Amino acid sequence: MVEILGVPAPALFGQLLLGLINGAFYAMLSLGLAVIFGLLNIINFTHGAQYMMGAFTAWMLLNWFGIGYWWSLLLAPLFVGLTGIAIERLLLKRLAGLDHLYGLLLTFGLALVIQGLYRNEFGSTGLPYAIPAELRGGQNLGFMFLPNYRAWVVVVSLAVCLATWLVIEKTRLGSYLRAATENPTLVQAMGIDVPKMVTLTYGFGVALAAFAGVLAAPIYQVSPLMGADLIIVVFAVVVIGGMGSILGSIVTGFGLGVIEGLTKVFWPQASATVIFVIMAIVLLLRPAGLFGRAS
Amino acid sequence: MVAAPVLEVSDLHAWYGESHVLHGMEFVVREGEVVTLLGRNGAGKTTTIKAIMGVVPKRRGSIRIRGSETIALPPHRIARLGIAWCPEERGIFASLNVLENLLLPPVVAPGGLSRAQIFALFPNLAERLSSQGTKLSGGEQQMLAIARILRTGARILLLDEPTEGLAPVIVQQIGRTIRKLKEEGFTILLVEQNFRFAARIADRHYIVEHGRVVDEIASAEVGPAQERLVTYLAV
Repeated sequence: MVEILGVPAPALFGQLLLGLINGAFYAMLSLGLAVIFGLLNIINFTHGAQYMMGAFTAWMLLNWFGIGYWWSLLLAPLFVGLTGIAIERLLLKRLAGLDHLYGLLLTFGLALVIQGLYRNEFGSTGLPYAIPAELRGGQNLGFMFLPNYRAWVVVVSLAVCLATWLVIEKTRLGSYLRAATENPTLVQAMGIDVPKMVTLTYGFGVALAAFAGVLAAPIYQVSPLMGADLIIVVFAVVVIGGMGSILGSIVTGFGLGVIEGLTKVFWPQASATVIFVIMAIVLLLRPAGLFGRAS
Repeated sequence: MVAAPVLEVSDLHAWYGESHVLHGMEFVVREGEVVTLLGRNGAGKTTTIKAIMGVVPKRRGSIRIRGSETIALPPHRIARLGIAWCPEERGIFASLNVLENLLLPPVVAPGGLSRAQIFALFPNLAERLSSQGTKLSGGEQQMLAIARILRTGARILLLDEPTEGLAPVIVQQIGRTIRKLKEEGFTILLVEQNFRFAARIADRHYIVEHGRVVDEIASAEVGPAQERLVTYLAV
């Protein structure tokens, strides 16, 4: 068997792929957090619960209405995004201009409430969600076996991240968003309905989390706490990338997933903590994060 | 014949938190006029401009733009009435390049300047389109801040200290620009500390003290009123 640095090649590539998959979820979730933080100045602790809602919406659509994976990719983000819009309009809006702490408390409390409601309804054991027929099976690449569904998750999440980045950096709508992140008052005085833009941005960030949830449903078990486990790591990713940096969250998301995967190969005991160690080092050397602008 | 008023401010009060900054501002700006608000630092000139745009935390009284009452409108609806603001700190966005800064404000009415007209007015900008907005010199940033509101079709311009901190040659260029805009029929409300600059381009001046208008001087009577002005503006 081929070995690389003393590790069997299939094990190394297997962990690399796992790292890429985790990185894909880190990237999509931290991207939504970054967009929301940039414009709303709110650290959205509900994000993990909204990711979980995306997975559950897909599960409910399939088991209650017979609506499959492909429609769920569209409908679940739409539905969860709408609940996000309601949350922004009814609750978050009232926190504008207050200290970060209030937003943190509100969104954290909301996450607990949502997770509690789902646990009450579905229990804490995970529910299975089958891989769609079109994406079953895999490719033998010679040095490793690549399951089709995992390849799909990596490709789609990369595409979604890049599309989001392009829209924000290269379009007129994106220039409104960037400008309003810097100086919302002036942008509104130019004739742009900034309050509406804030609501839609929150809805979009939440929809992105739900989209990630649907992608995750066939890989991880659909369970009420699936987001709570993930979101802690995602916050570390956001801190490392730099609060509010779009490109930063994409690059650090994928990068840290891969680093975590490689750690599992070379020093398994450290794999659960490596991201937090990196976070501590980055905070010491570059408090604004790798891609953050010091304010 | 006296032109119709396009901006009528009456009994305007504004607050920042507990502090009551405007105490019943009253003034009128007519179609095609250049009018200045003169006064010492802290007299309430900038707050008046911000209150007109609806971006102060609390305001009361009456502000009519081309006859419509705007005191209860949010800022984006006010801007859509054809009024544009060039803030004192210029408000050039660091995360946008020069072209994006220029194209940022949405068109609110037909008849704005075309890109070619803007570059004819501000040739420096044409050469720096892909630079980051805040990498421009202070004078260029000021020109960009004025240029971007000329694109939108707004015919009432609120310019807050456009010459502040700029070299004399740039001040002259901005003076020429404002005169040109007046010839083109724009209505301009100008906040200025630099009275010599204001006297040459404005039709009338309102003197602002402690959040209200205390005097009005037409440019024609600036000579005889010189002494009055010195008492108002001397620090």
